Amino acid sequence: MISIYTRRRIINAFNLTASMLAMAFGLFWLSWILFTLLQKGLGGVSIALFTQMTPPPGSAGGLLNAIAGSVVMATLATIIGTPIGIMAGTYLAEFGQRGWLAPTTRFINDILLSAPSIVIGLFIYTVYVAKVGNFSGWAGTLALSLIVIPVVVRTTEDMLRLVPNGLREAAAALGAPQWKVVTLVTWRASKAGMVTGVLLAVARISGETAPLLFTALNNQFWSADMNKPMANLPVVIFQFAMSPYEDWQKLAWAGALLITVGVLGLNIVARVMFRKKSSFN
Amino acid sequence: MPNSHVTPPKVTVRDLNFFYGKFQALKNINLDIPEKKVTAFIGPSGCGKSTLLRVFNRMYQLYPGQEAKGEILLDGKNILDAKQDLNILRAKMGMVFQKPTPFPMSIFDNVAFGVKLYESMSRRELAERVEWALRKAALWDEVKDKLGQSGTSLSGGQQQRLCIARGIAVKPEVVLLDEPASALDPISTARIEELIFELKEDYTIVIVTHNMQQAARVSDYTAYMYLGELIEFGDTDTIFTTPKQKATEDYITGKFG
Repeated sequence: MISIYTRRRIINAFNLTASMLAMAFGLFWLSWILFTLLQKGLGGVSIALFTQMTPPPGSAGGLLNAIAGSVVMATLATIIGTPIGIMAGTYLAEFGQRGWLAPTTRFINDILLSAPSIVIGLFIYTVYVAKVGNFSGWAGTLALSLIVIPVVVRTTEDMLRLVPNGLREAAAALGAPQWKVVTLVTWRASKAGMVTGVLLAVARISGETAPLLFTALNNQFWSADMNKPMANLPVVIFQFAMSPYEDWQKLAWAGALLITVGVLGLNIVARVMFRKKSSFN
Repeated sequence: MPNSHVTPPKVTVRDLNFFYGKFQALKNINLDIPEKKVTAFIGPSGCGKSTLLRVFNRMYQLYPGQEAKGEILLDGKNILDAKQDLNILRAKMGMVFQKPTPFPMSIFDNVAFGVKLYESMSRRELAERVEWALRKAALWDEVKDKLGQSGTSLSGGQQQRLCIARGIAVKPEVVLLDEPASALDPISTARIEELIFELKEDYTIVIVTHNMQQAARVSDYTAYMYLGELIEFGDTDTIFTTPKQKATEDYITGKFG
């Protein structure tokens, strides 16, 4: 008969080992992916990558038009999607306690959140691209903003729900109307979390390929016209990686590395902001 | 010796019933709260004392399914009337909660928050008002050099005094205190109690407390509640020395609760 203490130690050691193994398993694949990406991508990184346009097969070039297109569309999509997302999320968390509208909105938003992004691409293709008659930067922006909205709605609502009710009561007890309670107190209390949500949405759309394939398509050349097809990193990576040309494949790897580093950078910024804020409390 | 016949009532509760959905939490409460005195609500957990306090500024209306029936007259005007402006009512009825709730902003902005809602004043006037409130709440000396710091950086006792300062900065007529010292250590509690003593010069104060010694120390009038009913109400000395009801006596002497 082993003592209770020994038995607990054995169970503890067993569970700890299992957890560590699970973590190691996950980290193994992740580091393999990152390692491959660095190995294959670093070779393609050069000044030309940031200064030249996507080349025809066999000639030298870079990804400038794709980088610019991605940045422009992601930025515009964030600018369009963030206010809508924040306002809808605020409605769900702060104003929608009564009635059927909020639960319904939340349900639909959850569906949108988990909708395959290719469906969103096809949707914009049907309602915009097919009507206008050509692929365009605006269509890509619209598709991306449709992905931003549910992410921001969800994180905004979640973050606002973390704010203790005591804070809302305290502000209301001073005679503050509800919109001032929300804008001056609860938004402020959950600012870091809400910004993190937006950054996560940006990270999410930075790598989306499917919705752009049917909307912005691609462009071999520099184009600042949002009504024309627009180059962007994910679609360029998709095309170049599938091609038989070695120099295109090299550029695709470099582009993939670029997106990864960008998303990683965004996540680090989000983390640092969040930590700075929480050490305040 | 305080006397309820001389002091005019600031708040009058008439036939008040309160419901959380189907559950009736307050049963037919009738009560006169005298002006510029401290009135304490005591009773075991769940007796409805906090609920009663939260009807005074209609805090319950933040949540669906809660309903009050009856009358509460503030200076003769029924505040439960649907036409009563909620925000103006709450500006008149200040409230301090059990847990300190500093807003995530600077100490100065915390105190100025409520003032800015209803009064437009110059920066200097605002600064004077903030200093006045912080002095009243006996916090000025501790924070005067760090008004720009976050209110959340203060200790628990300081945070609670900050909340009191925030509450009185708007110059309410009644101050509702919902177990203001229950989360604090004895020294901070003593400071809050001293503060209550000073505040009753200018304000009508209603305090909910679990602590009977505290009720005896700070209040002029005491209401004993049990299971949603007001069992006995009178001046504190009488309640604590010669209560009329057996139930009150049992609670106060510790035979029950």
